[in-house]
Amino acid sequence: MVHLEGNSGWRKIGSWPWIVKIYSKGIISRMPAPIRLRELIRTIRTARTQAEEREMIQKECAAIRSSFREEDNTYRCRNVAKLLYMHMLGYPAHFGQLECLKLIASQKFTDKRIGYLGAMLLLDERQDVHLLMTNCIKNDLNHSTQYVQGLALCTLGCMGSSEMCRDLAGEVEKLLKTSNSYLRKKAALCAVHVIRKVPELMEMFLPATKNLLNEKNHGVLHTSVVLLTEMCERSPDMLAHFRKLVPQLVRILKNLIMSGYSPEHDVSGISDPFLQVRILRLLRILGRNDDDSSEAMNDILAQVATNTETSKNVGNAILYETVLTIMDIKSESGLRVLAINILGRFLLNNDKNIRYVALTSLLKTVQTDHNAVQRHRSTIVDCLKDLDVSIKRRAMELSFALVNGNNIRGMMKELLYFLDSCEPEFKADCASGIFLAAEKYAPSKRWHIDTIMRVLTTAGSYVRDDAVPNLIQLITNSVEMHAYTVQRLYKAILGDYSQQPLVQVAAWCIGEYGDLLVSGQCEEEEPIQVTEDEVLDILESVLISNMSTSVTRGYALTAIMKLSTRFTCTVNRIKKVVSIYGSSIDVELQQRAVEYNALFKKYDHMRSALLERMPVMEKVTTNGPTEIVQTNGETDPTPLETKPPPSGPQPTSQANDLLDLLGGNDITPVIPTAPTSKPASAGGELLDLLGDINLTGAPAAAPAPASVPQISQPPFLLDGLSSQPLFNDIATGIPSITAYSKNGLKIEFTFERSNTNPSVTVITIQASNSTELDMTDFVFQAAVPKTFQLQLLSPSSSIVPAFNTGTITQVIKVLNPQKQQLRMRIKLTYNHKGSAMQDLAEVNNFPPQSWQ
Amino acid sequence: AWRAKKIQAILVFNNHGKPRLVRFYQRFPEEIQQQIVRETFHLVLKRDDNICNFLEGGSLIGGSDYKLIYRHYATLYFVFCVDSSESELGILDLIQVFVETLDKCFENVCELDLIFHMDKVHYILQEVVMGGMVLETNMNEIVAQIEAQNRLEKSEGGLSAAPARAVSAVKNINLPEMPRNINIGDLNIKVPNLSQFV
Repeated sequence: MVHLEGNSGWRKIGSWPWIVKIYSKGIISRMPAPIRLRELIRTIRTARTQAEEREMIQKECAAIRSSFREEDNTYRCRNVAKLLYMHMLGYPAHFGQLECLKLIASQKFTDKRIGYLGAMLLLDERQDVHLLMTNCIKNDLNHSTQYVQGLALCTLGCMGSSEMCRDLAGEVEKLLKTSNSYLRKKAALCAVHVIRKVPELMEMFLPATKNLLNEKNHGVLHTSVVLLTEMCERSPDMLAHFRKLVPQLVRILKNLIMSGYSPEHDVSGISDPFLQVRILRLLRILGRNDDDSSEAMNDILAQVATNTETSKNVGNAILYETVLTIMDIKSESGLRVLAINILGRFLLNNDKNIRYVALTSLLKTVQTDHNAVQRHRSTIVDCLKDLDVSIKRRAMELSFALVNGNNIRGMMKELLYFLDSCEPEFKADCASGIFLAAEKYAPSKRWHIDTIMRVLTTAGSYVRDDAVPNLIQLITNSVEMHAYTVQRLYKAILGDYSQQPLVQVAAWCIGEYGDLLVSGQCEEEEPIQVTEDEVLDILESVLISNMSTSVTRGYALTAIMKLSTRFTCTVNRIKKVVSIYGSSIDVELQQRAVEYNALFKKYDHMRSALLERMPVMEKVTTNGPTEIVQTNGETDPTPLETKPPPSGPQPTSQANDLLDLLGGNDITPVIPTAPTSKPASAGGELLDLLGDINLTGAPAAAPAPASVPQISQPPFLLDGLSSQPLFNDIATGIPSITAYSKNGLKIEFTFERSNTNPSVTVITIQASNSTELDMTDFVFQAAVPKTFQLQLLSPSSSIVPAFNTGTITQVIKVLNPQKQQLRMRIKLTYNHKGSAMQDLAEVNNFPPQSWQ
Repeated sequence: AWRAKKIQAILVFNNHGKPRLVRFYQRFPEEIQQQIVRETFHLVLKRDDNICNFLEGGSLIGGSDYKLIYRHYATLYFVFCVDSSESELGILDLIQVFVETLDKCFENVCELDLIFHMDKVHYILQEVVMGGMVLETNMNEIVAQIEAQNRLEKSEGGLSAAPARAVSAVKNINLPEMPRNINIGDLNIKVPNLSQFV
C-alpha cells in the first residue's frame, strides 16, 4: 500500500524533474501574482527533509509579508489562506492577524469567510484587534446575507472576549428570536458563549428562551437545549425556573421515540440520537434533587430504557445516557435496578467502547448503589485482564472501589496478580490502592504484612515514598510478628538489592530485630539458620551495592549500628564498618558514621539505651498542642532536633512562625517536613540531644537517634487517627473546593469522611501548576483553630510540574470532635522562576458536609 | 484557569502524524498546540484498531478530566478531545457524521482532499461544531448550507480561481508518469463502511 505522505509515492513524484520545473516557476521566478494555495501545498509536499520544508516556508512567508506591506487587496485572501496552512503545520503566522481583520472588513463573502476563519485560528484573546473586530462583527450580524451573519455569529461564539460579548449581546439576542433557523441555532450557541464570558448577561436571554422548545427544526432544538442546560447549570434560579419545562422536554423525547422513520433525522434507524442524548442530559440536571420533576420523567425514562434498539452504537449511546439520568435523579428503585442491569449487560458487550462506558458509569454509581454494583464483581475483575489499557484502568479503579471486609482476600489475590502482570504505568496506582485497601480491611496482621511485602517484592521500585515509613510503623506495632517479618524480609532481599523500598524496610527491620533473626525463633514459619556475620554481610553488601540509593545506605548503616547492641560477638566488626564510613564521600552517610563513632567512643555507656528497640506506638490521648513531623523516610537527622519530649511539647521556631501568623494561642500548628528539607545544622545536635537525655533520665519513650524519623515520633498522634482504619464506610458526595488559586498555582481540596467516625475529615489536597515552569521545593503548611486537631501526611513530591502536567497530593486528617465549622490557614512556600515565593491564605469555604 | 465545558480540540492527522486539520476551541500557545498534536498522535498510534476508542487525555491538554475520542479511517485519525459535557458514545457518532459529511461534500473523500482543501474542511466543520459545541448533525442540512455558501463564493470569482478540484488535477497530470509499482487505487482512499453507522 502506498503511503500518501512520507516515504514512498509522493516523494518520488516530487523529485521528478518535470514537477520541479512546474513548481520552480511558482517559487523562484514568481511574477507579481503570489502563488496559489494549492501550488504552495504541492511545493511543500515535495520537501524531502524538515529543513527543506522550513526553507520553502520561510521563502514564501517573506513573499507574503512583502505582499502585505504593499497593501495588496486582490491577493490578501489567498495569502492568508496560505498562512493558515503553514500555521497548521506549526509555523508562526501571527503576522497575518491584522490582515484577517482587513479581510473581515471587506465587502466580499470570500474575503470575509477566510478572514473570520483566520481570526478564529490566529487571534488570541489579548489582542487589541478585538476592539477593531467588534465593529465589523456588529455590522455583519446585521448583514443582509444570512451566511455573513452566520460567520459573525460563529466567530463571536468562538472567540468573543467579554468586552465583545457585552457590546454584541443585544444583536445575539435579536437573532435568537429570528425565524431563520440557520441563524437561530447559531445564535443559541453564541448566547452560551456570551453567558460563559459575562454571566450577568444571562437574564437578557430569558425572554427569548420562551419559544425555543416550540421550534420544529432539530438544529435549533438541539442548540436551545444546550443553552437551557448552560443556564440551569449556572444559576439555581434558572434551574428552578426551567423545571416547568420538564413536561415539554418529555413530550419532545416521546415524539422522537414514537415518531417512526423520519429520513431527515434518522441515524441507523433511530430518530435524531444527538437530540435525544442532549434532552436526557438536561432532564438529568432538572430532575436532580427534585422529587416532582423526577416523578414527571420516570415513565419516559423507563420507556427509553426498554424500547431503544441497541444493536448499533447510536442506540447504546442513548441507553447509556438514560442510565446516567436514572442514576442521577430521584428515580424509583425499580428503575435504578433496571439501570444497573443495563450497565451489567454493557459489561458483557462485545464492543469495547460499550464496556468502557459501563465501567466508567459503574464507577460513578458504586458509592450510592454499592450492592447492586457488587453483583457484577466477577465481570469487573475479568476486565482487569482486558488487553485494552483504558478498560484496564477503569476496571482497576472499580475493583478497588468494590473491595470490602468480606471479599478482601479474593479481591487482593486478583489485584496482586494484576500488579504483577500490568504495564508499568499502572503499578504505582495499583500499589497505593492495595496499601490503602489492606489498611482498611486487613483480616489479620499477618495477612497485612504479607500483602505489603508481596507488593514490595513485585513492584518495589514503583511504590510511592510514604510506603516505607507506613510499613515500618505497621511492623513495629505488630509485636508478635517481628520474628516472622524480619525472617521474611531477610529472605526477600538475599541477593537482590534492586527494589529500594523493600531493601529499606528490610534493613530497618534487620537492624531492629536482628537478634530475633539470629536466634532462629519463629513460630509462623520454618526458622532459618543465620549467623551474625551473615546478617552483617548482607547489610554491608547493601552499603556497597551500586544499586543502593543514598537513603538506602543510610538505612543500612543505621541498622548495622543498632545491631551493635543486639549482637554479641560482632561488635568489633561493626565498629570497623562505622569508622570506615566516617570518611565516606556521601556527606549524609559520613555524618551518620561520625556520630555513631562518637557514640562508641565518648558515650558508650549510653549506647544500649539509645539504641533500644522502638516502642510500640500506643494510642495516647493528648489535648495539648500537637506537632507532627513527617518525612518520606529520608534518613536525615531531623528527629534529633525537632523531637520534643512527650511531656512538654515545644514547637520549633517554624511552628512559632505559623503560630504568630495565626495570631493567637488558640490554634494548633502543624509542621510538615517536605521531602527535601534538611535541618540547617545538624552537627552539634547529637550532643545537644544527648545532654537533654542525660537531664531527663532517658525515659523509655526517648527514641534512638538512629531510628527512622517518622517512627521515632513519640506516641502523640491524634487519638484514634493513627491506628484505626479511617476509611470504613466513607461518606462521599462532599463537593470539593478550590482552596487557593494564584499565580498559576492551584490547590484543590477533596473530602472524605468516615461514617463510623464522623469527627474525622480526610482532606486530600492537590496542587497543580498552570504556568510554564515547574515550582520546586514546594511546601504546604496548614493550621487550624485549637478545637481541631490536624495531621498532615507527607506530600507525594516537592515539585509541582508546569503546564498542569501533574499534581502534588498530600493528605490532611482533621479531627473535629465538636463538629465546628472548619477553618484553615495555609502557608505555601516554593521556588518559581528562580525566586522564592511565599504566600498565606485562609480557607473559609469548606462545604458544610465536610464538618457538620 | 477555569475552563468552559466544551469540545477542547478537534484534530485530524494521518498515520504518520502529519496534521490535516487542527482546530482548538481552547486557547493554547502555538508551541503547545503542536506539542498536543504530537502527543495525541503518539497516544493514539500505539493503540490497536481493536481496542476501545477512548483514552484519557494526554498530559498537555488537561489530564484525566479530558478524554480523547477517536476513529481511525484508512490513512486518517479523527480525534476529538472532550470533557464531561459530551457523551462519549455520542462523540463517536458525531465523528461519523463529520466524516460522512466530508464524503458527501468531496464525493469520495480521501486524504488529498483534506490536504488541498484545508479551508473547505474548516468551513464544513464550522457547520457541525461551533465554539466547541455541537451545532448541527443533519448531514443534508450541512451539505446544503455548504453548497449554498460555495455558490456565493463562486459568484465572486472564488478564492484563487484555481481549478475547482485541484486534487483531480494532480491525479491527472501524474498518472502517465507514475512508476508502475505504485497502486493508483490507493490514492483515492475511501472511507470504509460509510453507508452505515458502526
